[in-house]
Amino acid sequence: MKPGTRLKSTVCETEVMVIRVGNGAFECGGAPMVDERLAERGAPNPAFSEGTKIGKRYVDVEGGAELLCVKAGQGSLSSGLVALHVKDAKPLPSSD
Amino acid sequence: MAADADPDRIGLVCEGGRWSYGALLAAAHGAARAIAESGCLHVALLEESSEAAPIALFGAAIAGVPYVPLNYRLADADLTALLGRIAPAFIIGDTTRIMRLTPDRGHAVRSRLAFVAEAEARSTGGDLPESEESVALQLFTSGTTAAPKAAVLRHANLLSYILGTVEFAAAAPEEAALVCVPPYHIAGIAALLSSIYAMRRILLLPGFDADAWLALVEAERATNAFVVPTMLSRIITRIDEGVTADVSSLQAIAYGGGRMPMELIDRALHLFPDTGFTNAYGLTETSSTIALLGPDEHREAHRSGDQVVRGRLASVGRPLPTVELEIRDDEGRCLPPGERGEIYVRGEQVSGEYRERSALDREGWFPTRDAGWLDEEGFLFLAGRADDVIVRGGENISPGEIEDVLMTHPAIADAAAVAVPSMEWGEAVGVAVVVRPGHAVPAESELRDLIKGRLRSSRVPERIAVMDTLPYNEMGKLLRREVKKLLQT
Repeated sequence: MKPGTRLKSTVCETEVMVIRVGNGAFECGGAPMVDERLAERGAPNPAFSEGTKIGKRYVDVEGGAELLCVKAGQGSLSSGLVALHVKDAKPLPSSD
Repeated sequence: MAADADPDRIGLVCEGGRWSYGALLAAAHGAARAIAESGCLHVALLEESSEAAPIALFGAAIAGVPYVPLNYRLADADLTALLGRIAPAFIIGDTTRIMRLTPDRGHAVRSRLAFVAEAEARSTGGDLPESEESVALQLFTSGTTAAPKAAVLRHANLLSYILGTVEFAAAAPEEAALVCVPPYHIAGIAALLSSIYAMRRILLLPGFDADAWLALVEAERATNAFVVPTMLSRIITRIDEGVTADVSSLQAIAYGGGRMPMELIDRALHLFPDTGFTNAYGLTETSSTIALLGPDEHREAHRSGDQVVRGRLASVGRPLPTVELEIRDDEGRCLPPGERGEIYVRGEQVSGEYRERSALDREGWFPTRDAGWLDEEGFLFLAGRADDVIVRGGENISPGEIEDVLMTHPAIADAAAVAVPSMEWGEAVGVAVVVRPGHAVPAESELRDLIKGRLRSSRVPERIAVMDTLPYNEMGKLLRREVKKLLQT
C-alpha cells in the first residue's frame, strides 16, 4: 500500500484516501477496508460506529497512520483496531 | 476526489462556459490519453487562463508527464529558448506562433479549442496505467535578477501544501473564487488546486481588467479572490473613478506576489469593510504560500494606535504551522528578532529544486534569496531580494531604504535604487525616478540632500536618472536588472 491509495468500507458508505500508511491495516466499523466494494454489506461493530465526516483527516499519531475521508458513512475508522482520531487542524484563511 | 464527492457540482466558470467536477475529470482523462499517446516529455500551456488550464494540469498528472505552463507574453527569442529546453513537448496554445518559433523540435501542438474538444471526446476509453512520475510541475521563474530557472515541484510538495492549508470539500455550495492570475504563475496553479480540493467554484478571468473583475464579482457573486497589489490598485482606482459593482458577496481577498504599499491596503480595508484580507508570501520553489497575515490581524493593525501593531500591515504575517522559517546572516548563523538577513525555509512543501541542481542545504533548508527580519512576535517583514543588496566598499545597503526616502518627495511618483559599478567603491548607488505628472523635475542636488538628510552619506546616489516609467513584469514585480542596464548606459 502507498499514500494515495483509495479504500472503501465494507459496512457503510465511507471512503478514504491513505495519506500515511502506518502499518497499513485499516478498518471501518471494525471490519477491514477494501479496494473494491463487496456485493454484500456487513454491519458496523457498535464499538466503531461513531461515523466519519467528509474532508476530515483521521490519525493514529503513534502508529504513523493517517486517512482522509472523501465520503462519509456511519462506521468509524481504526488501524489495527486502534481508533483513529480527527486531526485537529486550525483552519487557515484561504491564501489563494 | 471532488468529482466523486459531487460530480454534478459546477467546478469551473470561464467566459460563459460551465464545467462540473465530473466533466472536468472526464476531460482530464481524455487529455491524459492524448498526452500519453504523443510520447512527449512535457505538457506546455502557452495561453491565457481558460478551461484548458485545469484540464491540462490534471491530464498531465494522470498521464505522468510534467506540466510546464509558459508565459505567453515573453518575447519570441526568450520563448524559443524555453521551448527548446522542454522539447519534445505537447503544447497547447497559438499554433501559428509555436510552429514559427520551433518548426522542427518534435513538439505536438494543439490550439486551445482543439485540445479541449479532443479531451472531451476521449473521456472514455481503455484504463490508463498508473504513473510513477514524481515531478508534477516545472515552472520557469520570472527571472527578475537573472535568466529564468526551471523550478521543479513534485507531487509530494504540492500535496503537502494542499493538505497543510486547505480542508477537503470545506467550501459551501455558494462559494466561488475569482482567479485572475496567469496560469503560468505558482499562484495561478495553487488557486486551481486549492479551489478544486475545497470544492469552491473557480471563476476564471483570462487577462486581468479591473472593470471585468468587478463585473464578474457581481455577476457570479464571488466570495473569494486573489490579486497582486497592482491589480488591487487598479480596482480601487476604477471604484474611485465611479465604476459601481455589488461586491458585497466578497468574503475574502488574498493578495501577494509583490510589495503592497501601506496606503493601498489601508484604502482597501476602508473600501471593503466586511471583507477579510489575507497577505500571502511564497515562492515558486515553495509550492506557493509559506507565511500569511490573516483577516483578523489586518483589521487589528488597521485600527491600532500602537505603531508596532499598526506596522504589521506591512508584514507578511507568520509562517504556516507546517513550515519552519529562520533568518540567517551571510555565514549561515541564525539571527535574533529585529535583525535583517536571508530568509531560509524548510518543510515538505518546499522543493528548492531546479532541473539542474537542488538548492537545499544538507539539513533540507532552502535559501530563498529574499531578505527579511522577524519581529518579537514572529511576524515576518520582507526587505527585498538578497541579490538586490548594494555592496559599497564592503557596506551592505538595502535599496528599499533609499526608495522609501525618495518616495516622500512630493514630485516623485516611483523610484528604484540599484547597484552601479564604481571605480572607487566596487559598487555605488544608482537611482531611477519617475516624476509625478504636473511636477517639475527636481534638481539632482535636491534629491541627494533629501537622502543625506535622512540616511548615512554612503546611501547618497552617484547616478540619478529620470524615466517615464520603471520596468515591471506583468505581476507587478520591478525588473531590477533592467533598471541596472538602463543606468549603465
